[in-house]
Amino acid sequence: MPGRGGHARPAGNAAESGVSAAADARDRAAGRPNASLLHRRGRHERLGVLCLALPSLLLVFITLVLPVGWLFGLSLLADDGSLTLEHYRKMLEQPSYARTFRTTFEVSVLTTGICVLLGYPLSYFLSQLPRRAANLCMIAVLLPLWTSLLVRTYAWLVLLQRRGLVNTWAMELGLWNEPVALVHNLTGTLIGTVHVLLPFLVLPLYASMMAIDRDYLKAAANLGAGPVRTFWMVFFPLSLPGLLTGALIVFILCLGFYVTPAVLGGGKVIMVSSRIANDIEIFFNWGAASALGVVLLVLTFAFMLIASRLLRASAILGHADPT
Amino acid sequence: MSAKGRPAGELPPPGGTARSATVAPVTWLRRPVTDTQITHRSRLWLYAIAVLVMAFLVIPTVIVVPMSFSGSQYLEFPPRQWSLRWYDNYFASASWMAATATSFKAAALTTLVATPLGTMAAYGLHVSRFRFTRLIVGTLLTPMIVPVILIGIGIFYVYAKLHLVNTLAGLVLAHSMLAVPLVVMVVLSAFKSFDANQEMVARSLGASRVVAFLLVTLPQIRFAVVSGAALAFLTSFDEIIVALFVSGGENSTLTRNMFNSLRDQVDPTIAAISTIMIVVTSLLLAVSQRFGRKRDP
Amino acid sequence: MPRSASLPITIRQVTKTYGEVTSLDDVDLDIRSGEFMTLLGPSGSGKTTLLTVLAGFTRPDHGSLKFGDIEMIGTPPHKRDVGMVFQNYALFPHMTVAGNVGFALRLRRVPRGEADRRIEEALTLVRLSGYGTRRVDQLSGGQRQRVALARAMVFEPRILLMDEPLSALDKQLREHMQIELRQLHDKLGMTTVYVTHDQREALTMSDRIAVIDHGRIMQLDTPRRIYERPANRFVAEFIGESTFLPVVVSGGVATLGGRPLALSAPAGRDGPHLLLVRPEHLHLAPAAGAAGMNVLQGAVTAVVYQGDSTLVQVKLDDGTEIGVRAPSASRGGVAGLRAGDRAVLGLAPEDAILLPDNEAQR
Repeated sequence: MPGRGGHARPAGNAAESGVSAAADARDRAAGRPNASLLHRRGRHERLGVLCLALPSLLLVFITLVLPVGWLFGLSLLADDGSLTLEHYRKMLEQPSYARTFRTTFEVSVLTTGICVLLGYPLSYFLSQLPRRAANLCMIAVLLPLWTSLLVRTYAWLVLLQRRGLVNTWAMELGLWNEPVALVHNLTGTLIGTVHVLLPFLVLPLYASMMAIDRDYLKAAANLGAGPVRTFWMVFFPLSLPGLLTGALIVFILCLGFYVTPAVLGGGKVIMVSSRIANDIEIFFNWGAASALGVVLLVLTFAFMLIASRLLRASAILGHADPT
Repeated sequence: MSAKGRPAGELPPPGGTARSATVAPVTWLRRPVTDTQITHRSRLWLYAIAVLVMAFLVIPTVIVVPMSFSGSQYLEFPPRQWSLRWYDNYFASASWMAATATSFKAAALTTLVATPLGTMAAYGLHVSRFRFTRLIVGTLLTPMIVPVILIGIGIFYVYAKLHLVNTLAGLVLAHSMLAVPLVVMVVLSAFKSFDANQEMVARSLGASRVVAFLLVTLPQIRFAVVSGAALAFLTSFDEIIVALFVSGGENSTLTRNMFNSLRDQVDPTIAAISTIMIVVTSLLLAVSQRFGRKRDP
Repeated sequence: MPRSASLPITIRQVTKTYGEVTSLDDVDLDIRSGEFMTLLGPSGSGKTTLLTVLAGFTRPDHGSLKFGDIEMIGTPPHKRDVGMVFQNYALFPHMTVAGNVGFALRLRRVPRGEADRRIEEALTLVRLSGYGTRRVDQLSGGQRQRVALARAMVFEPRILLMDEPLSALDKQLREHMQIELRQLHDKLGMTTVYVTHDQREALTMSDRIAVIDHGRIMQLDTPRRIYERPANRFVAEFIGESTFLPVVVSGGVATLGGRPLALSAPAGRDGPHLLLVRPEHLHLAPAAGAAGMNVLQGAVTAVVYQGDSTLVQVKLDDGTEIGVRAPSASRGGVAGLRAGDRAVLGLAPEDAILLPDNEAQR
C-alpha cells in the first residue's frame, strides 16, 4: 500500500484505535506506521469494500424509493397541479373507503386467525417428528411456496367453483344438497389467502418450537405436570414469540395482498390493494390511488413497529436459553 | 463382592413378582414417543389434523397437473377424458409463446443482474462490519416489506415519464430490485457460517482481494449464490403485479397474460401452462440443489 | 414430618438396549431409605440411563423398579413424585425464581399463602432468600443451580435424583456445593441418587458408591472400601491412581517377578493376577527396608513437584514404569532424590491388593 507518511494527526485517532497517544507518537518518531494510521487505513479499506453495496442501493433507490416518494407527492396534488389534501379528505368522508378498509382488516384478521388455528397444530406435529420425517413433511409446507401464486389461485378457482371438486364431493358425501358458492366471495378469498400465507406462519413457528429445549418439558413432567399442563404452562408460552412473529407476518402480508383476493373475491371482496389497482386501471385517478397507497404503507410500517416492540417484549419474557 | 453388587444375604424377590412387573411387548400405538412418555395413541387427533392441513397445502398444486390433461371444455376434476389439447393450444398460440419467451428472457436477465449485485452487496456488508451496515441491510430489504401493489403503481408512474413502460429493460430493472433482497439475505446468511480467516490467509499469501474472493470465498458460498440465483429467477418468472403494470403489448409476460385471462374467463389452457411452470420450477430447484451442494471433503 | 421422609429403591433385572448397544445390562440395586447413593462411571456407562429409568423418562425393556413397596415401571414421570435436578438445570425461562420453585406446588394445588411460605423456606434453605422476584437470566450459574435444587425439594419429595448437577460450575464453587448438598441431604433425610463421573465428588459425598461400566455395576460399596479394596481392575483404575504389575498365583503363593509376595489376605485361585499398587502406598528408603515389606528396585527417572505432594517416577529393573507419591514436606524421603538415583521401594502387605487378571471383567 502506498505510504501516507507519518504526518501529525489529531490525538483523537489514537484513542479510537485503542492505543495510547504516547505509543503512537513513539512509532511516528521512529518512522513506523503507527497504530492509528493502520486503523485509519483499515477503515478506509472497509469503506471501499462497502462500496460494493452501492449498485444495489442505487437500484433500490431508483426503482423503489423514488417511485414511492413520487406517490407521496402525487397524493398531495389535485388535478390542476395545486397542493391539496382533498384525496385524504375524501377517504375520511366517503363511506366506500371505510368499507374498503373494513374489508381489508376483516380479511386480514380472519386470515391470521385461521392460519393460527391450522398452523399451530401442524407446526407442533412437525416439531415432534424425527429429523427425516420432519424434512419430508416440510416439503408439503414448502411446495406451495415454490409454486407460482397464479397457479395456486387458479387451482382454487377450479376447485371452488359451482361444478368444482369441493362441491361435487361434498354433495356426494351428503354434506350439502346444492352447490354452495365457495368462490367470488369472502369464503373463497379466505380459503385462498390462508392457503398462500399459511407457510409464512408455519416456518417461523416451527423454528421457534424446535428451539425449545426438551429438558423444560421433562422438568415440568418431573415436577408433576401431565402432558396437557406441560403444554399450556411451559411449551405454549415458550412458543409464543414464534407464533407472534408468524401471525404478524401473515397479517402484514395480507394487508397489501392483491392477486389472490382479486381473483377469488371476484370483484365482491374489495381490499385496499384492489381499490388502488382499480383507481389506476379503470379511473386513472392517480390522486386517490396514491393517497390510498400512502395510507397502506403507513399502516404496514405501523404494524411492523408494533410487531418489533411486541417481539422484543416477549423475547425478554421467555427466551429459550436453558442455562 | 459379587459383580452384581447385591449385598450378601439378600434374597432375590419371588419369581412371580419379578415377572408380573416386566413390561409386555407394546404395540405401535402404545409405544411412548417422548421422554415424558406420551404415546402415539393419545396423539392421534394431532396426526389427523396435521395430515388434513398438509393435504390442504399440497392438493391445489398437485391437482393442476391432471387437470391439464382433461379433454373437456370445462375445468373439471377428475378429467373424464384425457387429451393433450390444452398443451397443443398453448404451443400453437403465438401470443402465449411470445409471452413465455418474454418471461424466460426477463427471468434470465434478472438473474444475471440481481445475483452479482446481491452477492457483491452481501460481501461488502459482511466484510466492512461498520455499525451502520444494519441500516443499509434494512434499506436493501425494503422491497420485501413495501406492498407490491404500491411498487407496481409507483414504478408504472415513473416509467411512464421515462418511456420505460412495456420495455424489457424496464421490467428487468424492476424485477432485479425485487430479487436483490432475496439474494442478499441468502448470501449474507451463508457468510455468517463462513470462516472469514480463509480469505485473509489467501491475501497474506499474496492474492489481491478480488482473486482471494474468486478463488477462496466464492467456491465455498457457492450453494448460497446458486440458491440466490434460483430465487432471483423464480421471483421474476412468477412475478405478477409489477408485470401487470409495466409489461404489455409485445413485452407482456406469461403471468400477466394468465392473470388477465383468469379475470375474464377461465381458460383450461392455463392448467397446461401451470403444469409447465411447476415442472420448470421443480427442475430449477433440483438443479440448483445438485449444482450448489457442498461436496464433502 | 407426617409421612416418612424417604423411601428405599429396589431395582431388579433392569435392562435397556438401544439397537445394538446395551445401555443397562440386567442391573440389580438396592438403595436404602435415606441413603446418599452415587452412580459413578465414565460417559456412556449407563449411569445417566439408570437415573432416567428412576425418573420415568426411560422405559426399560424389562425389569422391576420399586419405590418402597410400589412398582413404578409403568408409572409416567409426572406421577412419580420424585425431585430431580438436571445437568443444565432446565429452569423455566419465562418464569421468575419464585415461579420456578413454586411450580410443583401450583400443580399440587397448594393454597397461595402456604405456597409462598414454602417457596421462601426452600429459597432460604439454599441461601437464596429474597431472590423470588428475580428472573432466571439475571442469575449466575451457581445461583441457578441452587434454584434448581430448591425447585426439586420444595414439595418434600422422598427421593431426590441429581444428574451431574455441579459439572457446569468452576472448581471452587463445585467443592463448596458438594459439602452444601451433603449437608442438605443430612438435614432433610430423603433418599438421594447422585450421578457423576468425578470420582473425587463421589468419594466426598456418598454413603455408598455404585461404580458402573457398560451398563453393569462393577462394585457397590462405601467410598473407603471402593478406594482401598477395589473389586476389579476397572474400579481400581477409575478411582485413584494405580499401576498394575503382573503376578502369578500358584498353590496359594503369589510371585512377582519370580519372588514371593507378602500379602495380608489369601491370594486366591491359581492363575494370572494383577497386583494393584497405588503411588501413595509405596515407601521410599529407609522405610522401604522395614521387616515384612515387599521390595521393588529401580532407578528414578523424574521427580515432579506437585504442590502438596511430589510424584517420583521410577523405572523398575524389569522395565515397568511406576509412580511413587509422597508428601512434599517429608524430610529425607523425597527431598534428596534426583533423576538417575537408585530407588528402593517398599510395599506393605496390607497395601498389596491382588485382583484377578480377567479381561472378561470389562
